[in-house]
Amino acid sequence: MTAVTESAAADLVGSADSGTDPMVPHRYRVVRRRLETRDTVTQLLEPLDEPIPAFAPGQFAMLYAFGVGEVPISMSGDPSRVELLQHTLRNVGAVTGALCAARPGAVIGVRGPFGTSWDLNSAYGHDLVFIAGGIGLAPLRSALLQALSQRERYRRLVLLLGVRNPDELMFRKDLRSWKGLFDVDVEITVDRGAPGWRGQVGVVTTLLPQAPFDPDNAVAFVCGPEVMLRFTALGLSQRGVPAQRIRLSTERNMKCGVGLCGHCQLGPVLVCRDGPVFSYDRLAPLLHVREL
Amino acid sequence: MVADSASPETCRPRTPTTTEGAAARAAALADVALADVALADVALADVVVLSPPGLAALANALIGDGYRLVGPTVRSEAVVLEELESADELPWGWDVDADAGRYRLRRRADRAVFAHAVGPQPWKRFLLPPASLLWRARRGESGFSVDPPEDPLPRYALFGVRSCDLAAIAVQDRVLATSAHPDSGYRGRRARSFVVAADCATPAGTCFCSSLGCGPAAAGGYDVALTEVVTGEEHLFLARAGSAAGDAVLPRLPSRPATPHDLDAARAVVGEAAQRMGRRLDPDGLPELLAAHREDPHWNEVAQRCLSCGNCTLVCPTCFCTTVVDATDVTGTVAERRRHWDSCFDLDFSYLHAGSVRASTSARYRHWISHKLGTWPEQFGTAGCVGCGRCITWCPVGIDITAEIAALRGGVPEGGGL
Repeated sequence: MTAVTESAAADLVGSADSGTDPMVPHRYRVVRRRLETRDTVTQLLEPLDEPIPAFAPGQFAMLYAFGVGEVPISMSGDPSRVELLQHTLRNVGAVTGALCAARPGAVIGVRGPFGTSWDLNSAYGHDLVFIAGGIGLAPLRSALLQALSQRERYRRLVLLLGVRNPDELMFRKDLRSWKGLFDVDVEITVDRGAPGWRGQVGVVTTLLPQAPFDPDNAVAFVCGPEVMLRFTALGLSQRGVPAQRIRLSTERNMKCGVGLCGHCQLGPVLVCRDGPVFSYDRLAPLLHVREL
Repeated sequence: MVADSASPETCRPRTPTTTEGAAARAAALADVALADVALADVALADVVVLSPPGLAALANALIGDGYRLVGPTVRSEAVVLEELESADELPWGWDVDADAGRYRLRRRADRAVFAHAVGPQPWKRFLLPPASLLWRARRGESGFSVDPPEDPLPRYALFGVRSCDLAAIAVQDRVLATSAHPDSGYRGRRARSFVVAADCATPAGTCFCSSLGCGPAAAGGYDVALTEVVTGEEHLFLARAGSAAGDAVLPRLPSRPATPHDLDAARAVVGEAAQRMGRRLDPDGLPELLAAHREDPHWNEVAQRCLSCGNCTLVCPTCFCTTVVDATDVTGTVAERRRHWDSCFDLDFSYLHAGSVRASTSARYRHWISHKLGTWPEQFGTAGCVGCGRCITWCPVGIDITAEIAALRGGVPEGGGL
């Protein structure tokens, strides 16, 4: 019988039924939900099934709203709190809308964690410069929390944050507490001011020339819209930060998160598998080509 | 003759040793077909000879072992892949006239069964179905529960797989079955499959497998490989096993031992086929070529012709891109996730909340050809094109992947579009 005889295919790809299905979500219950801005929500999740493996800051998960669909969303929580997952997402469509609406008690699906991390460990002994555009602060929050929990490992900690207008400021409680620390520099700017705003006005790159870090000894972590990544990377290069010490978190359409669906290609890289965090020397030839 | 020969992994491009210009490349390419004479390392003792009834017996043996037999058959004036009940349904006595944007079946004077090169459908139709259920979820007390599909995965016997398609299956194995997070459906269907390869004796006008080292003879990855020899009164199939499963099935068939004359005839058939490729593609330095031409105005010229229809991605045996569709039943209590083939020519393929990344046809064509010939090796450690020529044949406007590469190299496109 051929069923018990080794076939060419079984020899090449292994036996048929080993391994778990990477496309099946784990169920998590929403235990807390906080409105960050008009359309942005932070949720804390506890597992109903076996939890997903611990994540590293910068990695993402695929979040599933029952019957509606799935989207890739970065973790925004403290990586040392393995019992609770935290993410922050903005309502920009059907799936994110359904997820944002999930209140405590609701159950959503989670697959992950996937992709590369900010790799904070490799920045030991350096100045850490976190640069966020809008909701790009979410994956950087995880990294900043990790850095603060190991404060003695790093030199200066700098957070540069740009948002469209003061109403878009999220993680306000965190921002206040970080601003109150004597060994963290937090600079915030808004693209457009508003009545009552006494802070800086201008895009986030305008903060770069004066930001208090040593370009020869800094590692930069950047997350935001793609146009912001391009100009921030250029600005950091102009300050003298070498490309291999500039890390950028990119975004692409994703259907699987594990390198099977082909959607997240950016030239030769798969963003879900080789990213989302890349060093600028890898990304520069790709980031500056239109429609790649 | 077991296992170690059965690992094609990737094709071996016959890369010319010199890169001094198009003439040198052309000369080197002319050599390559002879370089690997098919069946060169096959020993006489490992080969048996089947008659056409012997071939039918092979099909019946596989069906008897519980396999669902899938093979070529004639339908709607094309050779398509279907589930077959017997070898009678195979395309006996047909071959094809194929060119850019053109495909016509032709009646042959003889009864050759594997003379039709490849039809529009790749075998991924069975190993990575165009639509499949990934899982079903049901609303319940604790939110919802997820159930994997209940149906057991089918056991397919793929009957008459050409060397180009064998190489393509090996490419999809790399992407879908041996990656860090293998696709369980593909891997399950693939691991259960039995592969009967058929060496190619009659390449079509759009074929260029020999340029990429993917044919015309099957080099591994099969359970049984056949070489069809049709000369005058003689119609026979030389069969060799490529796995323990293949070794087990051959003795059950009516056959006779092969003679040196049979083997010479088989070698001649495949050796001549290598000389009759309708197209040629110089594989030298393709990743570098495409990376260097990302901003080339040529992409706008191609976009004048390309309809962005996605035919090339559907007929391509290595294209693996899929999308998922989540939906509920009308009561909202049962949700499903289904997976469908997707195409990078679809505007939605690269959609982000701010719009599509590749909005223009030129960007989408550049992406497709760059992925196929440029970035695939870096992503998966294997080439993305096997030279089957389907994308040329089934492009409604006859865009020719080999001609576009020649144009990028600065040469005059050979063959060309319509």
